[in-house]
Amino acid sequence: MSSATTPPDSDPTQRRRAHSMLKLYYGLNEEGKSTEQAESLDPCDINGPHFDPEVYLNKLRKECSLGELMDHESCMVKQIRSLDSDMQTLVYENYNKFISATDTIRKMKNDFKKMEDEMDCLSANMAAITEFSARISGTLQDQHAQITKLSGVHTLLRKLQFLFELPARLNKCLELQAYSQAVSAHRRARCVLQQYSHMPSFRGIQDDCHVIMEQLAQQLRQKFRDGGSSAKDLSECVELLLQLDEPAEELCDKFLSHGQSRLEADLQGLEAELKDSAVTDTVGSLVQKTSPGSNPVSPSSSASNPFLSPTAGTDILEFIDRGCNEFVSNLCLVIASYQELFINRPQEGELASKNIPEMANGKLHAFVDTLAARYFSLVERRIQEEKGVGDNSLLVRALDRFHRRLQAISKLLPGSAVPSQGTEIVVRAARERIKQYLSALQTFYHDSLTDVRQALAAPRISVGGTSVSGGGATSKDATPSLPELLTSLSNFILNQLKSVLASVHLFTAKDITFSNKPYFKGEFCSQGVREGLVVSFIKFICQSSRQYCESAGDRGGSTPPALLLLLSRLCLDYETSTISYILTLTDEQFLVQHHTPVTPVTALCAEAREAAQKLLNHYVKVQGLIISQMLRKSVETRDWVNTIEPRNVRAVMKRVVEDTTSIDVQVGLLYEEGVRKAHSSDSSKRTFSVYSSSRQQIRYAPSYTPSAPMDTNLLSNIHKLFSERIDIFSPVEFNKVSVLTGIIKISLKTFLECVRLRTFGRYGLQQIQVDCHYLQMYLWRFVSDENLVHFLLDEIVGSAAHRCLDPSPMEQSVIEVICERG
Amino acid sequence: MKMEDDAPVIYGLEFQARALTAQTAETDAIRFLVGTQSLKFDNQIHIIDFDDENNMINKNVLLHDAGEIWHISGSPADKAVLTTCYNKTSESRVLTCAAVWRMPPEWESGSHESPDDSSNNPQTLELLCHLDNTAHGSMACVLWEPMGDGKRVISLAENHVLLWDLQESSTKATISSSATLEGKGQLKFTAGKWSPHHNSTQLATANDTAIRGWDLRSMSQIYCIENAHGQLVRDLDFNPNKQYYLASCGDDCKVKFWDVRHINEPVKCLEEHSHWVWSVRYNHSHDQLLLTGSSDSRVILSNMVSISSEPFGHLVDDDDLSDNEENQQEDKGKEPLQDSIIATYEEHEDSVYAVEWSAADPWLFASLSYDGRLVINRVPRALKYRILL
Repeated sequence: MSSATTPPDSDPTQRRRAHSMLKLYYGLNEEGKSTEQAESLDPCDINGPHFDPEVYLNKLRKECSLGELMDHESCMVKQIRSLDSDMQTLVYENYNKFISATDTIRKMKNDFKKMEDEMDCLSANMAAITEFSARISGTLQDQHAQITKLSGVHTLLRKLQFLFELPARLNKCLELQAYSQAVSAHRRARCVLQQYSHMPSFRGIQDDCHVIMEQLAQQLRQKFRDGGSSAKDLSECVELLLQLDEPAEELCDKFLSHGQSRLEADLQGLEAELKDSAVTDTVGSLVQKTSPGSNPVSPSSSASNPFLSPTAGTDILEFIDRGCNEFVSNLCLVIASYQELFINRPQEGELASKNIPEMANGKLHAFVDTLAARYFSLVERRIQEEKGVGDNSLLVRALDRFHRRLQAISKLLPGSAVPSQGTEIVVRAARERIKQYLSALQTFYHDSLTDVRQALAAPRISVGGTSVSGGGATSKDATPSLPELLTSLSNFILNQLKSVLASVHLFTAKDITFSNKPYFKGEFCSQGVREGLVVSFIKFICQSSRQYCESAGDRGGSTPPALLLLLSRLCLDYETSTISYILTLTDEQFLVQHHTPVTPVTALCAEAREAAQKLLNHYVKVQGLIISQMLRKSVETRDWVNTIEPRNVRAVMKRVVEDTTSIDVQVGLLYEEGVRKAHSSDSSKRTFSVYSSSRQQIRYAPSYTPSAPMDTNLLSNIHKLFSERIDIFSPVEFNKVSVLTGIIKISLKTFLECVRLRTFGRYGLQQIQVDCHYLQMYLWRFVSDENLVHFLLDEIVGSAAHRCLDPSPMEQSVIEVICERG
Repeated sequence: MKMEDDAPVIYGLEFQARALTAQTAETDAIRFLVGTQSLKFDNQIHIIDFDDENNMINKNVLLHDAGEIWHISGSPADKAVLTTCYNKTSESRVLTCAAVWRMPPEWESGSHESPDDSSNNPQTLELLCHLDNTAHGSMACVLWEPMGDGKRVISLAENHVLLWDLQESSTKATISSSATLEGKGQLKFTAGKWSPHHNSTQLATANDTAIRGWDLRSMSQIYCIENAHGQLVRDLDFNPNKQYYLASCGDDCKVKFWDVRHINEPVKCLEEHSHWVWSVRYNHSHDQLLLTGSSDSRVILSNMVSISSEPFGHLVDDDDLSDNEENQQEDKGKEPLQDSIIATYEEHEDSVYAVEWSAADPWLFASLSYDGRLVINRVPRALKYRILL
């Protein structure tokens, strides 16, 4: 019956068919229906339920040939046979199973019947149990309530027992120093006791407890006061005391006063050191006397020299170190533990309401401020002792450390003024330092000048020696070379200034904590270093130069003229180059940002030039006065009426020429030649020419004739009309010729005024003639305009002729002979 | 009224001259006396009258045949009496002597009749008496008692201070007391001034660089300003209104002002001249005005108002004050006036050795240079009005 496509012995088909048959048997019809429905409705399907043999046969006969029919028939036969055999096998195979199944079912039917009976029995029993249980519950109800009540009473009794035992327990804790347990126990009982304090018995307990706790608090306080205990202990102590309702303020005060006593000790240690170092300082400076350098202009080093650092007992770094390590770190510790105890503690319950942190913070600030103030005053005293300006790095490092360590306080105590005060101290110290450096520079400058003075004074003897042996030119070799002195002085000052700048520069180094403070970035550089140090120093140089002019002017030349000349050149050099160099250097080193107005270079240069001018004027004046003095003495002390006929030029005139020559050399060493008016052809000759002598003759010959006294006046007035007015003490230019002109003017004017105060005899006049001729021979070459010399000498001779009782002049040729002879 | 200042009036002497004085006792006419220096001719005293209205000079000449005049000084009591210091040369020795003279009474009338001939036949001074100095050496100067009766003079001779009494109409001079400066160094007096204050009992002298004060009652030194000037001190003058104030000048080209109670430092110092300052004079009425003459041929008029007796300018009179209180407040707010140089006069071409204020007109002064040129100048009008108003 199976189709040709279906393999005859395929298991699944067979099994399915068996299943379906089983299903059919067990009444699972719906299943069978569904399978039937799934079967094809095709009547030609041989396996389908709607198979119609007639249709199938007709179809085969219509469609197939005979052969095919034959084949189909044989195939059909084969299939039928195989189906039959299959049927037989299936039946055999399942026979036993059917039988056993039938047996099992029969047995089950019997068993279920038994079970049903047992279940009925169980339900009966359960009903009985429920009944019993309900009855028991009913009976036990009263007893349960009683037990609950009893258990409550038991707890209360235990609490009461705790209370009654509390004093004893507390005592024991006290003995064992188990303070925290005692406190917690007491805390637990406290409320109750408080609540029932109206009952006498509780009251007694409360009182006892009070006494004990008082004792305990006492002990705690003692412990707290002793302070030997560790921070943790202390903290515990404070904690407990706080819980014992100890006033927090008092505790803070105590804690702080306790801390203070320790910090006081540190401070006293520092103070003692301060005193010690003060003593050793003076001892040190007495002991220390090093030998000066070999250089002639090196500042004479003595105990007073500020550039040598004093050998102090402890240097400032050690001092600050000690201050930091002892005082500051202890202070930090105190602050930290205090904060932990009073401020940063989590607040519970009633304590929170008391606003302790605020109060405690206030106290702490006050405490820190007072102590820091004392510390600062000590540090400042120490800094003030730091007078030696030799090694600035030590101070800077000390200040840095000082400042750095104070930052810890600022971290601990954010609102505190202490760090800013510390910064102020550093700023003050820096300011003070600049002042010290300035004064050190000033001292150095003075010392240098003293050395220059000595260098100038020492070889002067040899100058005198050479000039006596009669050679103005040789004195050049003997004098200490002025240019060398000038350069070495200038270099010394510059180097010193540079080293000072380098020292001061330490304040602004990158690794210094306070260097980024606004003061050190701005004001320190511009107002401090540039204005306060460099500009002030330059001003000081100019100032002191001016003082040289003033003090020496009245008291008569205490300053050697060469020094005046040298300083004048120094100031002039400053004007031309040094000032701008120094200021540029400073600006570069300190990156000065000029927020505030600063002294411009031009103003300083003008000041330096003014000083140079003043010095040079003063030099001219001093040198002029020296020569004037010689001339004046020579005129005033002589009896000009009763003098003998002149045979020689007076020695003083030679001296005047010599001195003028050596001044010429001296000035020439430092100043340029300068311009002079073109010489007339004759004046270049060393001997006095005919022209000039004849001119002289013409000039005052008439005045010698007594008949015409008016002519001199007329002539000299005419001359004056055409010549410029001569200012005697007038400013000079920065060159040799101008300086020499000034000096000669002063000298000859003095000569003139002195001559006018005397009365001359015949030979007196002649002597003056000789002297003037000699001066004319030698002095013209020094001055810018020789006519000036001619004019003044003419005036002198003219005045002498006027003041002569017997004016008969000497023959010009004789004068010349005498002067030639020397 | 012309606002520009009048031009200076210049008068030329034939001889060189150093000695100049105002006629102290003459309060109406503006009159100066000049003494000449000549070794060859008879010396003269020129009486210079200045006619302020016509800006003209009238001169009269008196003969002074004793010698060349180094110093001249008029009596404060009798305008006809004057003293001179003059050089007398005898036996090759030059000595400076001093004498009291009287001008002939008719000198004025004589000159008016024939002004052109006056020089031809000048009248001679009448000698009243010599101040005999043979024992004391050369006289530097003779000083009349300020505002005195013309009976007392002081002469400085070398290192002596001599106080003379002039008796019997000045015909006889006797030394009433004297003092001598002793010690080391240059002790010769160069200048002196009789203080008008303290009842005329004080004298200031200059020798070398020092200024000394003397009490004339005891003839003893009362103060000494050592090194008052860097060089020689040439002249002195007392502030007429401030009794302790003194001006000095010298070869250091400076003019210094001193408070003699504090002699360590000068109150003020002027350094305007470019050569020695030979003469310094306070204006007699307005002590802020100061005149100096120097051998740089210049005369400088300074306004030293800050150290004058009127440092805040002219003070308003009391009745004016009560009338106008606003004025008073303005005055109080006034800053002290600044010291200043009012003018530098450059009319001279030779050294100026003497300057003098007129005794009659406080706004007028004369200066004399060595070449015999006398210049009369006035205080600038603007300043004059500022001081007065």
